Amino acid sequence: MTAADCQDAALRDYQHPLMREYWARLDTRFSQVAEVFEEMMAEALAVIDRPDLDAYLDAARFLGKLGRGVEPMLVFLEEWPSVVKAVGKEALDPVLDFIKAMQRSPNGKAITPFLQTLAAVARRLQSVEQLHHYLDIARDLMLRTTGSIHGSHATLPSPGLPVFFEQAPRVLDLLSVGGMRNWVDYGIRNYRHHPERQTEYFALKLADSRAVVQRERHGTLFADVERQLDLYLRALWGDSDQLVPYSTAFDELRRPMPYYDRLGMRVPDVYDDARGIAGIDRYRATLAHMVGHRRWSAPLIADNWSPFQRMAVEFLEDARIDTLLIREYPGLRKIFLALHPKPVEDACDPETTSCLRHRLAMLSRACLDPEHGYRDTAVNETVARFHALLASGPSSTRQIAELALAYVTQTRRQSDQLPNVRFEDTEVDYRDDNRHLWRYIEDSDDEEFFDDPDRKLRKETEVVGLPPRHYPEWDHSSKTYRPDWVSVYEALHPSGNPADVDKLLAKHALLAKQLKRLLDLLKPQDKVRIRYQEEGSELDLDVALRALIDFKAGSQPDPRINMSHRTDGRDIAVLLLVDLSESLNQKIGADGTAQTILELSQEAVALLAWAIDRLGDPLAIAGFHSNTRHEVRYQHIKGFSERWNDEVKARIAAMAAGWSTRMGAALRHAGHYLSARQADKRILLLLTDGEPADIDVTDPEHLKADAKKAVEELDAQGVTSFCLSLDPKADEYVREIFGTRWRVLDRIERLPEQLPMLYLSLTR
Amino acid sequence: MTDKTQYLVKQEPFYRPQGREVELFAAAYAARLPVMVKGPTGCGKSRFVEYMAWKLGKPLITVACNEDMTASDLVGRWLLDANGTRWLDGPLTTAARIGAICYLDEIVEARQDTTVVIHPLTDHRRVLPLDKKGELVEAHPDFQLVISYNPGYQSLMKDLKQSTKQRFTAFDFDYPAPELETAIIAQETGLAEGTAAKLVKIGQVGRNLKGHGLDEGISTRLLVYAATLIRRGVPETDACRMALVRPITDDADIRATLDHAIDTTFV
Repeated sequence: MTAADCQDAALRDYQHPLMREYWARLDTRFSQVAEVFEEMMAEALAVIDRPDLDAYLDAARFLGKLGRGVEPMLVFLEEWPSVVKAVGKEALDPVLDFIKAMQRSPNGKAITPFLQTLAAVARRLQSVEQLHHYLDIARDLMLRTTGSIHGSHATLPSPGLPVFFEQAPRVLDLLSVGGMRNWVDYGIRNYRHHPERQTEYFALKLADSRAVVQRERHGTLFADVERQLDLYLRALWGDSDQLVPYSTAFDELRRPMPYYDRLGMRVPDVYDDARGIAGIDRYRATLAHMVGHRRWSAPLIADNWSPFQRMAVEFLEDARIDTLLIREYPGLRKIFLALHPKPVEDACDPETTSCLRHRLAMLSRACLDPEHGYRDTAVNETVARFHALLASGPSSTRQIAELALAYVTQTRRQSDQLPNVRFEDTEVDYRDDNRHLWRYIEDSDDEEFFDDPDRKLRKETEVVGLPPRHYPEWDHSSKTYRPDWVSVYEALHPSGNPADVDKLLAKHALLAKQLKRLLDLLKPQDKVRIRYQEEGSELDLDVALRALIDFKAGSQPDPRINMSHRTDGRDIAVLLLVDLSESLNQKIGADGTAQTILELSQEAVALLAWAIDRLGDPLAIAGFHSNTRHEVRYQHIKGFSERWNDEVKARIAAMAAGWSTRMGAALRHAGHYLSARQADKRILLLLTDGEPADIDVTDPEHLKADAKKAVEELDAQGVTSFCLSLDPKADEYVREIFGTRWRVLDRIERLPEQLPMLYLSLTR
Repeated sequence: MTDKTQYLVKQEPFYRPQGREVELFAAAYAARLPVMVKGPTGCGKSRFVEYMAWKLGKPLITVACNEDMTASDLVGRWLLDANGTRWLDGPLTTAARIGAICYLDEIVEARQDTTVVIHPLTDHRRVLPLDKKGELVEAHPDFQLVISYNPGYQSLMKDLKQSTKQRFTAFDFDYPAPELETAIIAQETGLAEGTAAKLVKIGQVGRNLKGHGLDEGISTRLLVYAATLIRRGVPETDACRMALVRPITDDADIRATLDHAIDTTFV
């Protein structure tokens, strides 16, 4: 098409009297627009009032003259009527403002994706206010991710913005606007300086992007109600099984359905409130239905039945199960009826569509709903027979199958074979997929049957070391956790020569003697006085005197003037966590006697382990260091149940320093072991020489805040943490992290002596 | 001499036997064997003892045990009065003197050094030495000792010593079977059988959760409370929440589950 054709569009004969005038107002020479102009205007006229039409056309003209080709204009003309339908015409000004802002920034390329999904976004938001919020989020994203090279002018377009627009409708399906804001915020904060990752994040390709979406989902999350559902199964149905959630967020092709097999009951990871039924009740309905199948259904042999026959049996069997469930708990009827679709009797045209599903859904509805109001005689007869079968008891799957087959035969139509099947109002989403209902005698001749059965098995054999454990990390700027952010690998510490540690202990023989004296004093006394006993082993003189005074004064004396003893022991579990980062290799002291901090730490740890072993408290020792968040190493040096022996000494002897200090993850992991101990008091003793740091973190506050959070978490679990820092400048941040439970050792040379002393004074 | 009639059970308590416990208890009483009644809280242990006392026509002295109770609280103690001192019999001594059935409720709550004072009364000796008074009380021929004890909920530390346990014959009580429990509730409160059956069903729901967040299931006593409230015109769902759910748990998840059971049972 040429300019002449466009000219032609202006002169064309339009049916609508004003169409020519509209074309003139649009003032464009894009031939692509000319082709579809009339159709688009017809659509627009149906939605947009005459007075607002000018504004619509002006906006389109403006977009056509941005110098970005035909696309923005064309997309706008096409999409805007739907936007108006969804949120009203007031949205025009803010949208145009935003487009102008994009045009002024280097992000002009994002205008087309923005317009392309605007209608879909508007349909999900349903109000102008919400759309305002959406635009604010987009603007925020644009401003914060648009890069600059020299600092003053924004020159690099935001990498995430176009992808964000593409994904916006999908994200809004899952999240509210507030949730979207958090999701975007997270992406900006963590991937601002990483263009490829940023794009991947907003394209929902990164694992943590999906994790944040999952966290922000609206509706009732499985994770939040898991215990309640467990209780529900147990309490109301006397049943219990593993509940396994499946993801509903990222499946596009096929919507998964609930089902159960010998590994557990599968339910969706989230249920939105629907048709007046709360998400938790939808979960309950789903579980109840599965329980019903487990109670009352018996599998049938499927080989000789057609898919249609099987479908009929499934619908009717499901209805039987629901009826029996309602018999048990009548209140379920309300929930089932609300969730069960109510197909309109004549909605399906049997001439053009396959109506079998529709008929069966009607039948199923009629079985549950006494006020179904269907006139169809076959349906009514079958329902009557259904209730007759169930009148005297639970009936059986086989009887129901016969009834279902009879119904299918009676109502069969040629059109049931048509490929065009009516699905509307036939899906009952609390029902499982009934895979348990069918047994196949012959193996199918599907392709996988011929696969080499050994092939899968061979793959699964490679497992090296323990799989990592993931821990969240606290993000202080947003006050949220970054889910599964850190990977902790644990391993047994390598061994060295135990004799080295014995030598170290021998060097501190004097100190050891002094400690020993202290320890003997501290050893559990095993006796505790119980006072105020009427009968006991000794007279409690204080109370006896008071009683005598009462007696002399003429009032009733307290007869409980004796005391007795009961045995009592120390019940303390300690975990010593040693920072093994690179800085430990620093040398301390004058040239001749220079020792590294690591050597001093080894001495201190050996002495402490020896001392605690004498006391008898269970002690575990572990070291940690980190190499970015993907690799935090946690090494076991001594377990709680291990004695103080050569193996442990060998591990202490082999202690080596390297890499950085990601404290939070190590604290969480240590806390996980410690909180599993049964003890009155659980102490986590951290020995470190510097503030938390790692090479993939630029903000120095971040890991400190995370460590502080980890300490708070430990507190909540009943684990007391205490930090002994070797960094003389540590006061400030150690106080921030550990509150009052810390001590800074100014003279590091005295560490071997101080560590055991500290422990003794802490637990005295 | 203490007035014996004040301890008599005046009216027939309503009791519906779960099995042959009435005959068995009567036989044990005929031989004056000490009896232990075990079972969860609120399943009718105390009611049963009261009923037997009425049926046998014997006075009943009940002592609710607690951890602060000492031996003198059972046996008796010297009191001071204007003229010097005076001995006051404890409930156990009184029962032994007048020939009553002495019922020690929740015996494990009492400290172990307290429980041993019942030993001489529970074997062939049938005497109670009052060492502070220097008297040896010979038990009245009608005297019988009954204790109750709930093996379920107490801590591991609280259990009866073997030497105590082996002095008793024992009954195992549990919540009655659903039909029987329905009948009990209906008769005790006058509630319609249909509603009573629904209450019993909710009771079952609660009992299923024992050990999964609940220390004890919903007792028959609580079901009777709920029934009483319903009889007084309180809407069923409110009565159930008030009598069956709120008293037994503060756990939000368990509450939600039980509330759901109530909402789906009463429509």
